[in-house]
Amino acid sequence: MIAPFKEIYWYLDLPVRSFRRLGRIILVACHDMGNALIMLFSATLYIRTLWKPRARRETAMQLYVTGIKSLGVITVVAFFTGMILALQTGLELRRFGQEVNIGTAVTIVMIREMGPFMTGLIIAASVGSAIAAQLGTMAVSEEISALEVMSINPNRFLVMPRLVALAVMMPILTVYTNILGILGGGIVGSTQLGVAFQAYLDNATRYAENKDLYVGLFKAFVFGIIIATVACYQGLSTTEGAVGVGRATRQTVIISFLMILIIGYMITRLFYI
Amino acid sequence: MIIFDKVTKRLGGKTVLNEVSFEVPKGETFVIVGLSGAGKSVTLKHMVQLMVPDSGTVRIGDDIISAARGTELERMRRRFGVLFQGAALLQWLTVFENVALPLREHTKLSEEEIDRTVREKLRLLNMEDAMDKFPADLSGGMQKRVGLARAIVMNPEIILYDEPTSGLDPVTSRLIDKLIENLRKELGITSVVVTHDLHSALAIATRIMMIDGGEIVENATPAEFIQSTNETVQRFLESQYITRRGAWEKGMEKHV
Repeated sequence: MIAPFKEIYWYLDLPVRSFRRLGRIILVACHDMGNALIMLFSATLYIRTLWKPRARRETAMQLYVTGIKSLGVITVVAFFTGMILALQTGLELRRFGQEVNIGTAVTIVMIREMGPFMTGLIIAASVGSAIAAQLGTMAVSEEISALEVMSINPNRFLVMPRLVALAVMMPILTVYTNILGILGGGIVGSTQLGVAFQAYLDNATRYAENKDLYVGLFKAFVFGIIIATVACYQGLSTTEGAVGVGRATRQTVIISFLMILIIGYMITRLFYI
Repeated sequence: MIIFDKVTKRLGGKTVLNEVSFEVPKGETFVIVGLSGAGKSVTLKHMVQLMVPDSGTVRIGDDIISAARGTELERMRRRFGVLFQGAALLQWLTVFENVALPLREHTKLSEEEIDRTVREKLRLLNMEDAMDKFPADLSGGMQKRVGLARAIVMNPEIILYDEPTSGLDPVTSRLIDKLIENLRKELGITSVVVTHDLHSALAIATRIMMIDGGEIVENATPAEFIQSTNETVQRFLESQYITRRGAWEKGMEKHV
């Protein structure tokens, strides 16, 4: 083809190529989502083997890694989240002489949204990425293949304990985040905004409903399942050595963050409108 | 025992195996040699369905492993022990726990029986002293020996070795060779070994197959293999200072 025509053809073909690329991305995403759901379903079926000593020990280890080892960062983040919320809402409410109501504002925002949301982000970034890196390293060093040829199902041996640990620990950690966030708000209220701590606490418990707490904990439970599924799937499907492990880790954090945001919104929409 | 029937596999648009057909008879040590990227490890992975052929079948006796699924596949895989190139030990388990893993997962043996079996296998590979260590504390050669102990702990019918001597010193390499040979002679185990190391191949093989560009270029006994007139085989032999005229003779006396 003559050079100028070649260039024109390139531009004419651009929409087709873009559409083709978009189609390929959607197909790959659907394929990955399908496989991840199959893995989740398979791991859920293996929860019945949890009573076996090896599974119990591995699950206990994962509970420890997810829960106890994350406490430090969660403590700091939860406390400061509550403090920031109290300060921002308190400064606005002071203009109307309503700063005493920061208790309600902080509590409802924490238990409905910020508690599960912040806990989810922290756990996705710390525990989720660690799971993806560990399973990814196992995949590229043929440890997953070794399990398969020993007829040891990786979904039972590796995914199930992590799934259980995250699904159990996320609501517990969310309760911890909520308590610390509310406490942090109370400290800011009493030291910066002149709201007595007792008045803050009275106000905090006046308008919050049980439903707020349950929906928040349900969100945390769902986020736990999302993080475990994304991290395990990305880890187990890692290829191409160290570069692949890095990619799996990054993908885990990005996909988990996006899903926590989207699913979080959908749950709120479902229960409150 | 293991039968490949016109197996074709394409990876990333490249044909890695092209209608490959061969048979590994029972009780033999079948060595697959070839250059890097020739398709040796891919062949090995098809034997335990870590890869599925695009066309053709892989059979283990009467079982078609290339088409097996679920519990049927698990049953077939239990006939195998596999020594991976990097040993593939689980890093958070000790040497003992790694070797005991298949026994704990698939048998109802008591802890005493498991302890006895694991010690016996580790003793066979001079690794009993490292029982409580973690894989990260072991050298590459030691990890391979532990990997081999794990591969034989369930007394499999067939053992697959992926580059068993790569990265090892000559003394450890010969120890592994000796062990592979003993497993065939004493227990009648069928072995399939993928290796670059022709010295090792000629010492342990009852049959050697060379793959190049996804096709079989030679499949012969060691004696026939070094006499092969195939140019690819000759180049491969010469690259390791083995010539038809017998520059490498010592280990070949039993074959020629």
